[in-house]
Amino acid sequence: MNATLRSRRGFLIVATATGVALGFARRGLAEIELPSSTIAQGGAAELFEPTIWYSIDRTGLVTVNIIRAEMGQHVGTALARIVADELESDWAKVRIAYVDSDPKWGLMVTGGSWSVWQSFPVLSRAGAAGRIALLAEAARLLGVNASSCTARNSTVIARPNSISYGYIVARGDLRRSYTQDELQAMPIKQPAERRLIGRNTTALDVPSKTNGEARYGLDAMVDGMIYARPKVPPTRNDSRVASIDDSAARQVPGYIQSLALDDPSGTAPGWVMVYADSFVAASRAADLLNVTWNSGAAANVSEADLQRHATDLIADPKTGVLVVDDPNVEAAFASAKSTLERTYTTSTVMHFALEPINGLAFEKNGMFEIHTGNQWQSLILPVLAKALGRDEKTIVLRTYLLGGGFGRRLNGDYAVPVALAAKAVGRSVKMVCLRPDDMRFDSPRSPSVQVVRMAFGDGGKVTAMQHHAAAGWPTEVIAPPFMLRNANGVPYDEFSINGADHWYTVGAQRVRAISNDLANRTFRPGWLRSVGPGWTVWAVESFMDEAAHTAGVDPVTFRLQLLDGAGRNAGSAPYAVGGARRQAAVLARAAQKAAWGEALPNDTGLGVATSFGQERDMPTWVACVARVRVDRTSGAVAVEKLTLVVDAGTIVHPDSAQAQVEGASLWGLSMVLHEGSALLNGQPKDTNLDTYTPLRMGDVPDVEVEFLPSTEMPVGLGEPATTVVGPAVANAIFVACGARLRHLPIRPEAVLQALNPRA
Amino acid sequence: MTTFQLNGRTVSVRSPEDSPLLWAIRDELGLKGTKFGCGIGMCGACTVHVEGRATRSCVTAISAVAGADITTIEGLHPAGQHPLQTAWIELQVPQCGYCQSGQIMQAATLLKDYPDPTDQEINAVMAGSLCRCMTYVRIRKAIKLAAARIRLAASQ
Repeated sequence: MNATLRSRRGFLIVATATGVALGFARRGLAEIELPSSTIAQGGAAELFEPTIWYSIDRTGLVTVNIIRAEMGQHVGTALARIVADELESDWAKVRIAYVDSDPKWGLMVTGGSWSVWQSFPVLSRAGAAGRIALLAEAARLLGVNASSCTARNSTVIARPNSISYGYIVARGDLRRSYTQDELQAMPIKQPAERRLIGRNTTALDVPSKTNGEARYGLDAMVDGMIYARPKVPPTRNDSRVASIDDSAARQVPGYIQSLALDDPSGTAPGWVMVYADSFVAASRAADLLNVTWNSGAAANVSEADLQRHATDLIADPKTGVLVVDDPNVEAAFASAKSTLERTYTTSTVMHFALEPINGLAFEKNGMFEIHTGNQWQSLILPVLAKALGRDEKTIVLRTYLLGGGFGRRLNGDYAVPVALAAKAVGRSVKMVCLRPDDMRFDSPRSPSVQVVRMAFGDGGKVTAMQHHAAAGWPTEVIAPPFMLRNANGVPYDEFSINGADHWYTVGAQRVRAISNDLANRTFRPGWLRSVGPGWTVWAVESFMDEAAHTAGVDPVTFRLQLLDGAGRNAGSAPYAVGGARRQAAVLARAAQKAAWGEALPNDTGLGVATSFGQERDMPTWVACVARVRVDRTSGAVAVEKLTLVVDAGTIVHPDSAQAQVEGASLWGLSMVLHEGSALLNGQPKDTNLDTYTPLRMGDVPDVEVEFLPSTEMPVGLGEPATTVVGPAVANAIFVACGARLRHLPIRPEAVLQALNPRA
Repeated sequence: MTTFQLNGRTVSVRSPEDSPLLWAIRDELGLKGTKFGCGIGMCGACTVHVEGRATRSCVTAISAVAGADITTIEGLHPAGQHPLQTAWIELQVPQCGYCQSGQIMQAATLLKDYPDPTDQEINAVMAGSLCRCMTYVRIRKAIKLAAARIRLAASQ
């Protein structure tokens, strides 16, 4: 890079720092900024960089900057397709650059199924801005009116002439300045004019994942680094090192030393780092290192204590936060012809990302570098600054592929002991956790207890509904500023209650979210693929089925009647156009596809569930029908088929969208039948695959996925399909054999118990 | 020092003989395509070929492979164009991709033993390879696609 360009890029960064928010109502969107001023280069420019999101060089190569973590969703491809479509770029001339942390990118987070939803408005306008500038400059170079020019395939055409984007960058003067209003008003193409969005391509990250070239955090290395493996303390939050005895560890060739980390951020209390000149030596020395800790109350807390506490919290009407609080709920229940109340529970669930947590850290040229996979750089950087006692501006997170995210790496806590380990010895340190270390330091999905009630009036009409949910709250523990506030200004973790505020018209509605403070103290509750909807949808959709059967109405019909799109369920622009009627559409289509209502063999049943993905403001309409067969002798449940129908608005990359729904639905199935753990004396009971048993190849049912065609705004796809599988399976088990299961995971013993309650 | 053949080249490693082969391949020999997942041979991410057999390198001591012929994902095909690799790309199998080296190496031995594998044979042989992203639907399709192409090529 020459000096002129560097200074111009410097100007660009300054200019973008004054960028303006687009003013969306939601926080997740507002924090993506569209820089207000743009083009830096003159006639001899090497790069045309109309916004910080991409550049075009003199050969016409478009480089799209990707601020999202690549963790299986092929997000770089989807985001680049959005830019390239509006830019009218030849896809063959597009590449992507995964960027390191830098304040200029704004909020760096990859989670919540937000990426395409968040980025689509920004990147499509950025692409349009580039297209318009290129058209105008091409017109000047060709001496014609811009209105007679067309941009297509990285070329501007003004018959009979045409010039390439590379030529325009090299020969033209692309200096432009756009105001915020101009950028916001950038004309986006009509859906019919799209040439890349909605069409398939080979995802750019896929080929390197078939030949060993893909690089993950585990693969990061630097000359002169030493290795470390931690001794993870017996409790997550309240252990302190009492003594370290390395007399046995010293016998391991290559062993260097062991140190208790001093963590001013309080992120990894009680950690001891074992250093050696190879990972095997560090690991063996850690096995031989004798550390004693003093632990607090968490060491005496197990799963049953957490669930008992959750039950007590729900029973106390003074606890929790009213998220939906319609008037007349009490009156409706008091005057009801009948009521139904059910309790649903879920066990602790582990992330088990296949790449164990790890990191490489060192100081270089005044910067502290941390090389590791991460989903939320903006969250952990200030924590790292506190831990290291240095300015956040002097810390950078280098970007790698993630060997699984699933929310585990939203919580970047593991970067803290890595950084402290390097700081403590003043050397480059590569820390790798063995699987049990990773599991014991996981931030699992909290166990939950939920009580749901419904009031019925004349003719079985639903007149009121209550939903009370208690669980550990990850956002309260890890990112409290991100909590929302209810109408009375009381903060709550929206990610732990989303889903309970459903789109069914049920009369007077009350939703109460309760933080399980004992869970929050005992371990570190985590965001796990779908977060709260992982348990709220389990309760809502199991309950809707029970309510339908109680009322003697077909479960699909019962739901369709409530998905009437009335009142607050009518939906609104831009993301929830159509509201509950779109949910009704996916439900009806799924039932039709799965031949709902047709006769089935003995002990076989169909069960249905539907939801709206993650958030009311970003509804991904999804419905699932599960076909199961129950062995009444063993209680074993065989899931034969999952039929899923999804309406996620505009689909940017259909094949990747399909893959997300396939994987998410099987994640859901895995959590229903194969996973589920428990807290035992303050830590996860299961620490490896000998006892933690996610779904394997032979457990996979037929999976059929259909997307309803739509040109509405795109919403999220990484998570929504996980949540519907659990209740669909449980509802199918009820149809197959009459056993009603109200706890996740579903074990054969529980099915037998439900079949023979007195046995 | 232990000497063996790695992707057709003779190599020697200094790591203690009782060290797992995985870390010698990754850290001493610098081939990072073979991954570490569970450390107890139950996820399959570390799968390599030893004398043509799928082997969990995380639980295989270096001493056990002295003089042996070892292939990693980097050596499966000189241009990364093994029929499984091309099928994997064509059907867009990988999501996060972390397990896929192991999946492909396991599938390569599957196809040697069962050129036209049934679903049951795929279930049995691939059972030890965990995909946390749950790409199993596509793994199965890609194995069958690659198998069909290998059979076709052999018949011509």
